[in-house]
Amino acid sequence: MTDTILLSHGEGGKRTRDLVRTLFARRFDNPVLAPLFDSGLLGHLDGEIAFTTDSYVVTPPIFPGGNIGKLAVCGTMNDLSVCGARPVALSCSFILEEGFSVAQLETILDSMKDAATEGNIFIACGDTKVVEKGKGDGIFITTSGVGVVRDGWRPAPGAIRPGDRVVLTGTMGDHQAAVMIARNRLSISSPIVSDVAPLSAMLLGVLRKFKAQVRFMRDPTRGGVGVTLNEIAEASGARFVLDEGRLPVSQGVRGVCEILGFDPLYLANEGKAILIVDGSAGDGVVGHLRENPYGVNAAIIGEVAEGKSGVFMKTTVGGLRAVDYPVGDQLPRIC
Amino acid sequence: MCLGIPVKVMQVDGQSAVVDVGGARREISLLLLDDVRAGEWVILHAGFAIQKMDEEEAEKTLALLRELPGAIEIH
Amino acid sequence: MPLRYIDEFRDPALARAVVARIEAAWDGPPVRVMEVCGTHTMAIARGGIRSLVSSRVALISGPGCPVCVTPDGYIDAAIALGRRDGVVLATFGDMVKVPGTASSLEKERGNGADVRIVYSPLDAVAIAVAEPGRDVVFLGVGFETTAPAIAGAILAARERGVANFSVLASVRTIPEAMAILASDPEIRIEGFLCPAHVSAIIGADAYRPLAETFRIPCVVAGFEPLDILLGLAMILAQKKTGRAAVENEYARVVTTSGNRKARDVIGRVFEKCDAAWRGIGVLPGSGLAIRAEYGAFDAAVKHDIAIPASGADTACRCGDVLKGKIAPDGCPLFGTACTPDAPVGPCMVSTEGTCAAHYKYGVQR
Repeated sequence: MTDTILLSHGEGGKRTRDLVRTLFARRFDNPVLAPLFDSGLLGHLDGEIAFTTDSYVVTPPIFPGGNIGKLAVCGTMNDLSVCGARPVALSCSFILEEGFSVAQLETILDSMKDAATEGNIFIACGDTKVVEKGKGDGIFITTSGVGVVRDGWRPAPGAIRPGDRVVLTGTMGDHQAAVMIARNRLSISSPIVSDVAPLSAMLLGVLRKFKAQVRFMRDPTRGGVGVTLNEIAEASGARFVLDEGRLPVSQGVRGVCEILGFDPLYLANEGKAILIVDGSAGDGVVGHLRENPYGVNAAIIGEVAEGKSGVFMKTTVGGLRAVDYPVGDQLPRIC
Repeated sequence: MCLGIPVKVMQVDGQSAVVDVGGARREISLLLLDDVRAGEWVILHAGFAIQKMDEEEAEKTLALLRELPGAIEIH
Repeated sequence: MPLRYIDEFRDPALARAVVARIEAAWDGPPVRVMEVCGTHTMAIARGGIRSLVSSRVALISGPGCPVCVTPDGYIDAAIALGRRDGVVLATFGDMVKVPGTASSLEKERGNGADVRIVYSPLDAVAIAVAEPGRDVVFLGVGFETTAPAIAGAILAARERGVANFSVLASVRTIPEAMAILASDPEIRIEGFLCPAHVSAIIGADAYRPLAETFRIPCVVAGFEPLDILLGLAMILAQKKTGRAAVENEYARVVTTSGNRKARDVIGRVFEKCDAAWRGIGVLPGSGLAIRAEYGAFDAAVKHDIAIPASGADTACRCGDVLKGKIAPDGCPLFGTACTPDAPVGPCMVSTEGTCAAHYKYGVQR
């Protein structure tokens, strides 16, 4: 292998074969991928099929706590998990810019393999294209994921009712804060790392135990908890009232937010989930989550109230304010 | 726009200082303040220390708040 | 783990005590208190403070958002500069979406203009040093809090011989605007919540003429919720006894005489001038212009660009909102034709705009 990606790596000839075999196929080796057919044949799956897709364009591609590859695998697995599906297989498409470092690519691919192993899934198929220098910022990844819904749980926004609790599985804003710092345009140094993590085991564990009491789950990525709850409020007609004093935020993220004037409520997370659960199950779900390393800071952050749909928050000093969709606060390319 | 936060000075190097808030560190300019020492607190605005934060006065204000009828702090 | 000198001033139990003090301090119609700092506008909105004090205090937002009071001709001039070859526009984030007459910096960036958000004017100087082939123009918009930082950046550029850096200045000073508003009988201001960090620079004594001439209590308050609540309690206590004095809640940062050194730095680079305030008009002596001897760092001089006079009138009532004559929902465009996604006036798009605060945090829906 060469040190950097060349255009010929994408031309379909010998170089492409070398790239696929030495970097991808050997690493992601499994019986479905091994024959390198045009499609991965998954066999019969025992349950309803869940299917999702996402593209990842985060810059820089490697940041404290992870990289674009780990993000891609975890992000797609998490999208399956929050819908109650056990992740089974992923596809991975790469668009590489001519000149991209092969050493960086290997770091990214190693992370993808590790994340896939932890999540107990395999890469079933993939694709690689190379674009000329200047036409694609380093590396873009698109992953699609297939999962199986078992045990009959489905997301049910319509079932959300007053008295339900809003549970967040851990601290807010770590991913976006880590990426902002890694961009280094702000000259801030901080020990914050991205929270990117595979949540399937944790979330499917909650569903096994509390199936009848969990109404809905979603991972608060772009736009953070603030945007995600607004989306759920729109879909369900529910009125959420958060308790500012109970929002879990690390001191490190708070420090960065205070300097820059950001609100952790709207910062992207890549290793967290929001669960709307029956009022009777709130403490039980939190207790269960806290036993998992990815849920140690889980907390009830609010509840569903009677009244007009929307997202509101009781502030630390006891006032009430709306939590609306943010405009213009978003930093580009954080996922 | 006038956003400024209290930060702790970790080290001073001529007209620059490294400050810390919650573990986030940044190098800032001391052009606008004389006689700043490590360990002191300053208000950071747009990359400059614009004024010192007097810890004694801060405690006085907090004491005033704590003496108000009905003020029992929850920690 | 708490952040020191921030979280203590957000304590819920202390807040309850101050709110109780506010309720006990006054039993007349709500006292009309104006705040003149965008950071106060936002802090009040984010803390939900109105909902806590509305029976005793009518909180009015004044022209405290420097972006909001900058005439749209300034944005047009910045856009024109940004369209020139080799120019990098370095700006604070809250300018990017503000509409000029026909476009915005955000739209220009989509069309290929090199617009970069910086946290400090010194970062703009650093860009100039790192990219000697480009011409960096920093959009220097702000009040007295930011003026020393802008001046400091110009001094740093001069000292280091950075020739490819200049500032398009739009700096205004607060006390003159406060005086105009205090004397307007339609607005009926009964108390001023004076800005925290402007006061750190100019000193609490700067408001004495205001308090004495107009017989209005002036209390300097910090930005944390407890600071604001305590500041309001102090205003009400003065009202109750018929006093009209300058008091300082934010004594941990603000002194009576402020930061002399910062004012000296301002004075080296800037001189007083008349300034146009959007919605208010031209206020004599309320602006700061770059001195002729620093003309090499004055983008208007260096790039020979004039700031055009304000554009046509629209149905937007930013002017009346800025003066506190109407609340945001008194403007016919609020929430319908004018939203944060599609703003007509700067009050809606600026991160500290009164309309933006009301729209984002107001519990009216």
